[in-house]
Amino acid sequence: MDPVTEEKPSLVTPESPWIAAGQSYASATDKIGGIVLTEKPPKGWFLGFGIAIIFVLILNMAISYLFAIGVGIWGINVPIAWGFAIVNFVWWIGIGHAGTLISAFLLLMRQKWRTSINRFAEAMTIFAVMCAGMFPLLHMGRPWVFYWMFPYPDTMGVWPQFRSPLVWDVFAVSTYFTVSLLFWYTGLIPDFGTLRDKAKSLFVKKIYGMLSMGWRGSAIHWKRHETASLLLAGIATPLVVSVHTVVSFDFTIALVPGWHSTIFPPYFVAGAIYSGFAMVVMLGIPLRKFYHLEAYITERHLNNMAKMLLATGFIVTYSYVMETFMAFYSDDKYERFMMMNRMTGPYAPWYWLLVACNIVIPMTLLWSHKIRTNTVSLFLIATVVQIGMWLERFIIVVTSLHRDFMPSAWGMYYPTKWDWAVLTGSMGLFLALFYLFIRVMPAISIFEVRELVHKTLEENAH
Amino acid sequence: MSGKEKPQIPIDLAAVRSALEKSGGKRMWRGLDDLAGSREFQDFRDHEYPYDDPKSRLGVSRRDFLKVAGAATTLLGLTACTKLPVEKIVPYVNAPEQIVPGHPLFYATSMPFQGYGTGLLVESHMGRPTKAEGNPGHPASLGSTDIYAQASLLDMYDPDRAQVVLREGHVGSYSDFLDLLKGLRAEHLAKKGAGLRFLTETVTSPTLADQFHDLLTQFPQAKWHQYEPLARDNARAGAKLAFGEYVETVYHFDQADVVVALDSDFMASGPGAVRYAREFANKRRVTGPDSTMSRFYAVECTPTVTGVQADHRLRLKSGDVEAVARSLAAQLGVKVSSVVTAPAGIPAGWIEAVVRDLQNHKGACVVVAGDHQPPVVHALAHAMNDILGGVGKTVTYTGPAEANPMDQVQSLRDLASDLDNGAVEMLVMFGGNPIYNAPADIPFLDKLKKAKLRIHLSLYDNETAEYCHWHIPAAHYLESWSDARADDGTVGIIQPLIAPLYNGVSAHEILTVLQGQEGRTGHTIVREYWMKQKPGANFEEQWEAWLEKGVVADTALPAKKVALKLDFDTSGGGGSKPGGMEVVFRPDPTVWDGRYANNGWLQELPKPISKLTWDNVASVSPTTAQQLSISNGDVLKVSLGGRSVTAPAWISVGQVDECVVLYLGYGRRRAGRIGTGIGYDAYAIRSSDTPWFASGLQVKKTGDTYKLVTTQHHRIMKENGVETEIESRAAFQRGVMRVGTLEEFKQNPDFAKNPPDETTEAKSLYPPYNYKVGYQWGMSIDLNACIGCNACVIACQAENNIAVVGKDQVSKGREMHWLRVDSYFQGDLDQPQIYSEPVPCMQCENAPCEYVCPVGATVHSPEGLNEMVYNRCVGTRYCSNNCSYKVRHFNFFLYSDWNTPSLFGLRNPDVTVRSRGVMEKCTYCVQRINEVKIKAEESNRTIQDGEIATACEQVCPTKAIVFGDIIDSGSRVAKVKGQSRDYSLLADLNTRPRTTYLAKLRNPNPEIKE
Repeated sequence: MDPVTEEKPSLVTPESPWIAAGQSYASATDKIGGIVLTEKPPKGWFLGFGIAIIFVLILNMAISYLFAIGVGIWGINVPIAWGFAIVNFVWWIGIGHAGTLISAFLLLMRQKWRTSINRFAEAMTIFAVMCAGMFPLLHMGRPWVFYWMFPYPDTMGVWPQFRSPLVWDVFAVSTYFTVSLLFWYTGLIPDFGTLRDKAKSLFVKKIYGMLSMGWRGSAIHWKRHETASLLLAGIATPLVVSVHTVVSFDFTIALVPGWHSTIFPPYFVAGAIYSGFAMVVMLGIPLRKFYHLEAYITERHLNNMAKMLLATGFIVTYSYVMETFMAFYSDDKYERFMMMNRMTGPYAPWYWLLVACNIVIPMTLLWSHKIRTNTVSLFLIATVVQIGMWLERFIIVVTSLHRDFMPSAWGMYYPTKWDWAVLTGSMGLFLALFYLFIRVMPAISIFEVRELVHKTLEENAH
Repeated sequence: MSGKEKPQIPIDLAAVRSALEKSGGKRMWRGLDDLAGSREFQDFRDHEYPYDDPKSRLGVSRRDFLKVAGAATTLLGLTACTKLPVEKIVPYVNAPEQIVPGHPLFYATSMPFQGYGTGLLVESHMGRPTKAEGNPGHPASLGSTDIYAQASLLDMYDPDRAQVVLREGHVGSYSDFLDLLKGLRAEHLAKKGAGLRFLTETVTSPTLADQFHDLLTQFPQAKWHQYEPLARDNARAGAKLAFGEYVETVYHFDQADVVVALDSDFMASGPGAVRYAREFANKRRVTGPDSTMSRFYAVECTPTVTGVQADHRLRLKSGDVEAVARSLAAQLGVKVSSVVTAPAGIPAGWIEAVVRDLQNHKGACVVVAGDHQPPVVHALAHAMNDILGGVGKTVTYTGPAEANPMDQVQSLRDLASDLDNGAVEMLVMFGGNPIYNAPADIPFLDKLKKAKLRIHLSLYDNETAEYCHWHIPAAHYLESWSDARADDGTVGIIQPLIAPLYNGVSAHEILTVLQGQEGRTGHTIVREYWMKQKPGANFEEQWEAWLEKGVVADTALPAKKVALKLDFDTSGGGGSKPGGMEVVFRPDPTVWDGRYANNGWLQELPKPISKLTWDNVASVSPTTAQQLSISNGDVLKVSLGGRSVTAPAWISVGQVDECVVLYLGYGRRRAGRIGTGIGYDAYAIRSSDTPWFASGLQVKKTGDTYKLVTTQHHRIMKENGVETEIESRAAFQRGVMRVGTLEEFKQNPDFAKNPPDETTEAKSLYPPYNYKVGYQWGMSIDLNACIGCNACVIACQAENNIAVVGKDQVSKGREMHWLRVDSYFQGDLDQPQIYSEPVPCMQCENAPCEYVCPVGATVHSPEGLNEMVYNRCVGTRYCSNNCSYKVRHFNFFLYSDWNTPSLFGLRNPDVTVRSRGVMEKCTYCVQRINEVKIKAEESNRTIQDGEIATACEQVCPTKAIVFGDIIDSGSRVAKVKGQSRDYSLLADLNTRPRTTYLAKLRNPNPEIKE
């Protein structure tokens, strides 16, 4: 049925940087599709999914209690009226950046190495944005009126207050989520077609049949698919930049020293890509190992992603340096105090831990090719970066607020067990969704790997 | 209720049958009790159907009936369980017929506190008192109040108040009690009252005194004792020592160019404090460079509201104050018995400089001795005032305002020894809580148990009530008739604002039974007493005028000529007491002697300077803390004379070294849901011979720590070897608090002004508001007048239905006070200048809170207010983050009590009771603005300056807060803001606050170098 597989079957030889030797159209289809179509997932899957579900239950409990009692269960107060919820929101949104960047931006740039990582990176984006999107809602004092943030036709004629960056946020995040979801789904359609065709059980066939939306693989389908993908990529690429820019506006628009800064938009976008790539690495390495996908996610892929970490890490480092420099160069007493307080105040250990996690450790180690291509070390560095990026948001939110203008109103923020429950719970939710994803959808784009096989064969032939 | 405690009256079935037969079988009956005519049934019926009471049927005119019926109809839903006063009460301005829903009425009354009355105008909404304001016509108020008058409303509605008559701990019946009293009266009449004892707190009420007088005539061998733990025994004894008789000392700080306070907190405690604060502030009010200020010297051991106002504050152990008084007196020419050497710790030349300053202002200076100082210090102060020519000018003496002044500790001792001797058959206690607050060397519980019959009338079922045979719920002063004298003698009639919520009765009503005049109501008793005092044809007219104005005309005591005894100082003492650690007992600055322990407003009210809430502490100076390696919250075991108590330590800057201050009023064992079991009980080591201070205190760290919570953090850090308090340092760096001396001000009147580049109206992306039309509200706070007494904080809480959140939430930084009083320290930690700064919402013209709200829940009004729309708020809290002044408060939980019915009545119906998840903040009392606006619009006129007073402005004893229309150039606020001392907080942020401040000024003596 599949027009491509009817072509003369041949194997990729010698290996290309992006795909191992010995791969063919059929092997790609069988290997990747097989993960989904197998009757029994590996035991490890159940273990991982089970653990994730425990955290989902913790999240469920934390949210139920939150809705019943109020946001007072968290450590927030006046002056630190934003706490973990906002930290987590920005962190997850940041993670959600890499997927779309890889699939859309690199698609437009015609980067071949995106092929085998874009699918799960996009899924990561969707799930991360879901986790992120949950937080503004939980964070509200009266979450049951969340819809007041939207411009809906209200009989009272009330309307959102468009000067507020929180309203911009609503649009930015929801647009980003919608486009990412569409892009992801569009990419999945040919693979759903493949799965439908390969599935043995009638039930599974029907499900994938519906999801594939009548995909037959005709030339006109491929043409339209290609056009749609490019269009969506075109739309999604600026969104990658815009969404975190708008998220940074949540801070920059305010007067608070430590927030009110013009450097934030690029700094946030770079930070987002930094943490996003770290997350792709953290997901890709185990995925590749446990599902034996080394043929598709090659060492070269990991190396490239590590280089992306290095590049964005440097932008982040530059931002930190500039932020500090500007605080002193501006001669603004509040900014100076804020910076001194960050470095020497009660949260100083966390600030220096953040510097270690985001700058010192990755920026020194990732120069080494050996470390970049070693899965264990790369995984650990990605984890460190992830912690560092979470701390960065914590430092921005909490240390800026805890000692702002009025000395009499200074305070401290101590997270409660419910703060931690929501943070770990959101991680559980993310992982649970990801486990479900690798169970029911091809974690690597099958059709694009076949395309890669095709192109590699053509290149080798010439 | 078991039959043992309350014997059932057997129903006589034969009588029932005959009764039924007589009624011809047609009579409806409600149970056998009804037919038997049992007393319980009658009680039940009287309670349920009060208008059926034959007593109240008598003497009710048609007019009264209609009035009550009308009021009852409107009140039915609110107070269905209580009966309404049938006595005629007269509102301040409007006639009672004019109850218009939504229009509050104001009634004048007096609040007794330590016996002395403070005149109030109490706001009543549909029969519910909701807010106390000062009575401008009352000398102890002048239109302002202290924190206790504000918080007393909550006391009245307290759901933990005693609600039922208790007979040996079980529910009893009031009519049983009355029957018992009647029986006992007869019994004791025969014995001339030999075993009869009464114990009251300080009494100034002429009516109550008259009743006691009558009673003691009928029972010549009965005795009336008075005791309260914070009684002014020393002041009384001091007057006796100096003049040979009890006199009341009335100061006139507005006449004094130089004030010397010897351990006196005259602006925050004691009778007349509110008036003294006003007079003191008036004398120091600065309008321009030619203004003058009085100079204030204070000697005290720990910073108090009054002491920190001093231009020269000398920290000294309480025991050393006497030596200072002697030195001063000796140098002023008072004959003192011994040659004195000034105690260590006084800067060289300090006393001499003060003496010169006093002598240069003869006739315009005053020396005030604190209630905690021994009688001789009071006598010395009297002598100094005499020699300085202050008598008649800055000090006047009158006869005692108290009805029966006595040495209260001695009185309690006498009672205790009578109890020990078994001489007391019946002890009636009107108020008070001696089991909790009697001196530790008079174990009152053991003694009390020796009285054969113990009766206790009190607002609360407290520690003392527990050990009494009968506990009768008392009526709150807002529920009963009485009268009280102010410190100058002026009598205010206490008229009830509401019928007793829990059927409480007043002391008058119980005494009248013992007098053999049962059936007289409080109203009759008070009214008839005054009819006797001021007879005349127009009594009714006068009476109504007194009720309306809140004061009985011409009752101020006349100034009395007293002759100073020259040889009063026979003690020969002086000099320092033996060394070692000193202990000082002080009333708690918010819960006082413990009587307000169950008042959530007062518990959560941050204590002046330390900003502690919900606890009392043992405070020590930074140096002493360092020596004993104590840090905040370390639990100390403090022992004095074999008694000990454990208390959490608090480092109090500005306190004298080697001194531990213990605050009374906590450690209540039976106060109610709020007050029971918090803090420690300092009475446990307070003995009757050293009630205020003693030396030889043992202090030991137990090793435990205790969590103390404050609303403002003061972190002391060592930087470059110098200890500084970082919050205050930042506040001065940022110009949040601006202080200068009078001299500096005269040389540079603009010293506090914001630089012009900070006040220019910077360009904005958004179109500007038109601030040139209509009313433009603004506020000015004169930091030179503010004494940090906290009255504004609690007035704001009462006016705006602000919730109490509890210690745990305060510890998380979630207190809800819309207005806070910040304290800042300047200079050396041991002896800093301490300043207070009230911070309400700044109502910024460029408000940072407004533009960040995603739903437009906080918006700008054309009159320049930042308005908070609670209904629209979704609780993102962005406004709070962006508020540079952090004056916004968030309902992290459902803080408002939506469940306790008795508290519903307390709420101001003009202000929304906020729910969970919404932000709230100071509104400049927008409900008051709108009320006046509507009134003005109805009569087609503009609002006059001063017509609107915010709650904080109205209550402020020193009138530091001025509110009004800033574009009306004739308004007070515009004039005040026009002064050169006017500055904005954080003006460099271009928020353009409508609330601005007048810089604090000090008037130090150039001779004294610090």
